[in-house]
Amino acid sequence: MGLEYVRISPGFEKYMPKDYVDLVQYGQFGKEIDVQQLGQFKELVEEHPMCAGCFMAYFIRVFYAALPKPEDTIVIGTAGCARLSLSQAAVPFIYGNYGDTNAVASGLKRALSIRFPDKEKDVVVIAGDGGLIDIGFGMTMHSWFRREKFTTIMVDNEVYGNTGGQESGMSPKGVQLKMAPKGKQFDKINAVELAKTAGCVYVAKLSPTNPKRIAKTVRRAILAARHFGPTFIHAYTSCNIEYSIPTEKVLEDARKREKQDFGFYEWMTEEVKEFFEEIERKPEEVKA
Amino acid sequence: MPEQRVVDADYLLLEAPRERKFITGAQAMAEAVKRANVDVAIAYPITPQSEVMHLVGDIWAQGYIKDYYRAEEEYGAMSAIAGAVRGGARAFSATSGPGLLRGLEAIASWPGHRIPAVLGVLTRVVNAPLSIQPDNVEISYLLNCGMVVLHAENQQDVFDFTLASFIISEMVDVYIPIAVCTEGFFVTHAKGYVNMTPEDMKLPPRDPYKAPVPPTDCEIPPARIQRDAPVQKSNFMSYLIHAVWQQEIWASNIRAMKYIYKYLGGPIEVINPDAEVFVVASGCAAAQGREAVRYAQLEGLNVGLVKVKSIRPFPEKEIRQVLSKAKAIIVPEHNIVGWLAKEVKAAIPNSDSVIGGPRVYGGMTLPVELIMEKIYQALGIKKEKKVVV
Ligand SMILES: Cc1ncc(C[n+]2csc(CCOP(=O)(O)OP(=O)(O)O)c2C)c(N)n1
Ligand code: SF4
Repeated sequence: MGLEYVRISPGFEKYMPKDYVDLVQYGQFGKEIDVQQLGQFKELVEEHPMCAGCFMAYFIRVFYAALPKPEDTIVIGTAGCARLSLSQAAVPFIYGNYGDTNAVASGLKRALSIRFPDKEKDVVVIAGDGGLIDIGFGMTMHSWFRREKFTTIMVDNEVYGNTGGQESGMSPKGVQLKMAPKGKQFDKINAVELAKTAGCVYVAKLSPTNPKRIAKTVRRAILAARHFGPTFIHAYTSCNIEYSIPTEKVLEDARKREKQDFGFYEWMTEEVKEFFEEIERKPEEVKA
Repeated sequence: MPEQRVVDADYLLLEAPRERKFITGAQAMAEAVKRANVDVAIAYPITPQSEVMHLVGDIWAQGYIKDYYRAEEEYGAMSAIAGAVRGGARAFSATSGPGLLRGLEAIASWPGHRIPAVLGVLTRVVNAPLSIQPDNVEISYLLNCGMVVLHAENQQDVFDFTLASFIISEMVDVYIPIAVCTEGFFVTHAKGYVNMTPEDMKLPPRDPYKAPVPPTDCEIPPARIQRDAPVQKSNFMSYLIHAVWQQEIWASNIRAMKYIYKYLGGPIEVINPDAEVFVVASGCAAAQGREAVRYAQLEGLNVGLVKVKSIRPFPEKEIRQVLSKAKAIIVPEHNIVGWLAKEVKAAIPNSDSVIGGPRVYGGMTLPVELIMEKIYQALGIKKEKKVVV
């Protein structure tokens, strides 16, 4: 159904909130949007209570603009900063318990496949480093081992932002954080290699310095998950509060990290590569 | 696999012909699932539950269920159940003791997420020292979640409660999960006679749009409030939304009672309503209570039984009424904390008349003699203790 459920029933236009009418008229539903046009269309997420200048919030904004089919997408999040804006978007959002995202997504995706065998319904998890790689580690890995067909995006701010700055498994070694008063004692976990080993068919790592590239990566991850199996994006999304990065330095920091350890990386199976070669050659077919 | 045809739920539950089979409790649960038109079953092994989900797996392999898998652990299993039910599927899982506790954060959030799922709870010791024996202390952890909690005495109850639970949980004015509990081994691995509905009939499928909270499937606008993280807006909104929502969960729980009357013959069963002394018991302890009442009758003592089938909603009114003239109330239990005794005490005005016990735990059996001792005590009968050498 997709577009049907966002459409306003005839006669009700004048009673619906302006925001909603704008969303249907000037938003992304049923259209292909170029992220370069951000600011020129009604976005799926606008107001949110994330910290001013938070780079995770920016990444999420680009993520929504990149959705190949927002009217048929369900986003799953968990405790952590990201859900503050995910829950405000005009895309169905599920928020369960901390770290449960990939198990919930497994059940959801399977139910949708049973009920709508002929329709494409995209399921995307967006969660923090703590949610996916610490508390939810087992569920994250096993959803990949089981080859569940949904996308997992880790918004990695290298800290537990939402609970006030504790160490996470993704914090770099040596960094002094709450609950790591002597500095973190072990290395940042290599999530990308884990994802490849665990069976993801498309894996990417990026620092959000280039919106077009973020959008392309998000889109590829979702399309590959739709057809082939689990996909994973590891995005560096700095926390200006806990790492004391002034807002105006956020992009500079992202560029620095891109040079150091977050250089753009993309890996996919042969099958997925062939698929993209095919669909990206003829842009009109991408409009699935 | 026989071709199954969908029949009306009331017909299947209340009128359909029944065939008597001699089967285990685990089989009874799986046979109910077979007739329940289940979409997704998610399993994780733990003794004594495993037998149930093995059988459910076989049913899936035969084509009765559309999807089935072994999850990574109970937290993952119960979270995936939440996902599947939100996606509009009818879902089933089962667990025991430590597995229940491991999945509890997810399970306890099902009612608030309005997840009408059915969960088999085949009780087993929790806490150290480890044991796989039946002990139902785990049910006490379920009592404050908001879900409906039924406690089956025997294999027949397991079949009836499980099959009816799929329908009750999906009633629009209920729409919360149901735990069907019974004692591990004593019921799951022992055989009893079960009158079962025909194998070629099944319940109508779940209609996820007949719901107070619609599914999240991009076919219908989602219910925003509980899908959102409402607590972000302001403290006031947070208090209000949580409070109102939880009140509604507990009201839904109470509204399940009329369906417990309709499909399970009521939340309690009473033997000898004019008795002086009552045994009040649930699950396996009710079977032993039933025996004690029989012994007492043979001895000419005026003893009755109240079997409690529904622990949540708790039949306060019904119990208060039956026990209004009771001189003494004996509550035998398979756990150390005496959760049922506490419930009974809280429900009646004369809580002093409740004798909490006998209690056995760690998986011990509950000999009828232990209940008889309490009956003699309540009636002021002195018996010489025979020492058998
Ligand atoms: C079971 C459970 N344990 C702990 C918490 C507390 N908690 C909420 S958010 C969070 C950390 C979030 O960190 P991360 O997942 O990295 O996301 P971020 O906030 O950094 O984006 C924790 C520990 C919880 N909500 N539930
Ligand atoms: S705490 Fe950090 S990650 Fe969270 S919203 Fe604020 S800046 Fe962003």
